[in-house]
Amino acid sequence: MAVDVKSGILPGGPGEGVEVLVSGSADLATEEMLLNIGPQHPSTHGVLRLVIALDGEMIHSAEPVVGYMHRGFEKMAEVRDYRQIIALVNRHDWLSAFCNELGVVLAVEKLMGLDVPLRAQWIRVMMAEWNRILNHLMFLGSFGLELGAMTPMFYAFREREDIQELMEAATGARLHFTYNRIGGLKEDLPRGFMQHSAALVKKIRHRMDDYAGLLLGNEIFKQRTVGIGKLPGSVAKEFGCSGPILQASGIAEDSRKTEPYLTYDQCEFEVPIGVQGDSFDRFNVLFQRVHQSLSIIEQVHDKMPAGPIMPGKMPKNIKPPEGWIYARTENPLGECGYYLVSKGGKEPWRLKMRTPSFSNVSMLPALLPGNLLPDLIAILGSVFFVVGDVDR
Amino acid sequence: MIAVSQQIFEQYINNVWIIFGLKIVAVVGLFLTAPMVVGYVEHKTLAHMQARLGPMEAGKFHGWAQLIADGVKFIQKEDITPTAADKFVFTIAPGIVMVPAILVFFVVPFGPNGWWAENLDVGVFFALAISSISVIGMLAAGWSSANKFSLIGAVRGAAQLIAYELPLLLATAAVVMQAGTLSLPGIAAAQSHYWYVLPQFAGFMLFIIASLAELSRPPFDMPIADSEIIFGHMTEYTGVKFAFFLLTEYAGIVSLSAIASVLFLGGWQPLPLIKFVPGPLWILGKTGILSFIVIWLRATYPRLREDQLQKMAWKYMIPIALLDILLTGIFKVVF
Repeated sequence: MAVDVKSGILPGGPGEGVEVLVSGSADLATEEMLLNIGPQHPSTHGVLRLVIALDGEMIHSAEPVVGYMHRGFEKMAEVRDYRQIIALVNRHDWLSAFCNELGVVLAVEKLMGLDVPLRAQWIRVMMAEWNRILNHLMFLGSFGLELGAMTPMFYAFREREDIQELMEAATGARLHFTYNRIGGLKEDLPRGFMQHSAALVKKIRHRMDDYAGLLLGNEIFKQRTVGIGKLPGSVAKEFGCSGPILQASGIAEDSRKTEPYLTYDQCEFEVPIGVQGDSFDRFNVLFQRVHQSLSIIEQVHDKMPAGPIMPGKMPKNIKPPEGWIYARTENPLGECGYYLVSKGGKEPWRLKMRTPSFSNVSMLPALLPGNLLPDLIAILGSVFFVVGDVDR
Repeated sequence: MIAVSQQIFEQYINNVWIIFGLKIVAVVGLFLTAPMVVGYVEHKTLAHMQARLGPMEAGKFHGWAQLIADGVKFIQKEDITPTAADKFVFTIAPGIVMVPAILVFFVVPFGPNGWWAENLDVGVFFALAISSISVIGMLAAGWSSANKFSLIGAVRGAAQLIAYELPLLLATAAVVMQAGTLSLPGIAAAQSHYWYVLPQFAGFMLFIIASLAELSRPPFDMPIADSEIIFGHMTEYTGVKFAFFLLTEYAGIVSLSAIASVLFLGGWQPLPLIKFVPGPLWILGKTGILSFIVIWLRATYPRLREDQLQKMAWKYMIPIALLDILLTGIFKVVF
């Protein structure tokens, strides 16, 4: 039956003279489907919510909705004294607890002009690198899980268990270490720690081959990740991305290199960079960073000096002089910064956190449109983030 | 005495309805138990491949009763139907998925000389045709759940059908041409000299890959991809209805492995030096090995994308299958 689209009248038959509405052309009317990924979804690692508009399985727009896990750390820090803040900040990114507390401790020490003993600095480097591996293993495993490969996740937890055991020996905790003190560390390493650590470096390096075999060298894994979610370096810079995301886009920015803190200037390591900034590059950069961290830990084993771990008796209530300071550290997920304003009291007047996950997630609306729904997962898994770190 | 018992046998046991009933009991019994075995093996195999133990408590010995406990748990669960769901379709969808999976078992031969429920002349055709019906149940479940994730999963399942169905049938067609019969026991009997996996190796690989896609098993589990669309068409199902879906999935592994072993691995035909092992054990062993491979792949591979499966099916699998049929035809005519 021919439809006169212009007048909207069906010619001939019993329907003649009846006006019909013809929308668009003769095609079926279609519309975009709004889909909420999250806040409860298996692959958003918690409560990140993405509102995506789908045409079939093609993503037209994506908007991350953050704040489901906002716990007000910045405000809480204003009513805690400086010792308590250490226990507070290692909770916003629970996978890199040691690196977080390191950042805030460095800020306070800088503000006070404290000289941290050399041994404490080297131990901090070692623990920060172990924490980095602990964090990266989690994401190496979960990225595989998001693409449907179950096994790497379980392998990752096997390795994480070993590392947590090691860190527990020194710090007494498995997740929220609270090992740093302003001026140094809680206590010295236990006897036999260095041998334990050295053996573990060899073990982890050997076991990284398992991941390479299961994921990096897997044909299906390559099909799912190579060329998917390409992030140009300039866009990554505009959104303030850092860490593995920025490095995968070809920019070798790493504050351990560009603005060394602790004793990183005495360690030799490379900043691995990617070629085209796709999901595969991001995963590969993360993988290479584990190897670099292992090599740093080995160097620390050789260079660890003897000596005290605190600069002497510290007062109970630490009162930094009036002023402000910004300390940045290379956290496992990217650049973490603490902007600290002191009015001379025993609590900070203001503590502003610059967390890597927040900036990394904010680039999703630029990266996701034009990709398929299955690729959303491949991209989301490679934009390594912790929701607590996004929402604070 | 003998004559009387003979008479009783003639009168009752040989009655067509009683035999029919016994067959149904046997097939449904197999449908309920075989998936349990495969499911338990999957639990333990995956666990040991992934540096963990798997179930260890239920039934004391290595958690052998875990799946029975799971079944009891499923029965106890509340049966939830979403408010917005199409209630009738939502309720019958698990049945539409499950019944074809039971019917397939009627034609699978588990040994020579009558170890099957029915010897249909079109056995292969029946098995492959009936197992494709479950996609309708999948679509019904996805559509009636009134859940966007379910809908995406169901549409993916239907799209997947287009990819795997043709290679599956073409690979089977080559075997049927070589055997000259559509009957499954007939195909197994025709392999008394050599197994068809030797001349039809390409067909065997195609059949296994296409079966994985039909079963929605990794690396082709896109319709239920748990990290993307929660659990596809099963997202809204709970309790016994969900258990039906799971049971069907594992029964599908058994039936397709059994059909593959009949088509390509000689069914009950033994290897030359160990002929004393009875036929039913051979077919169970072959089915077990193929099921194990299906489980093994789950531990190893990530998931493909739907369009990549389509590309693979239409660009590589179907041309290879057609070439396979052509070569089989030439050999059939020439020799």
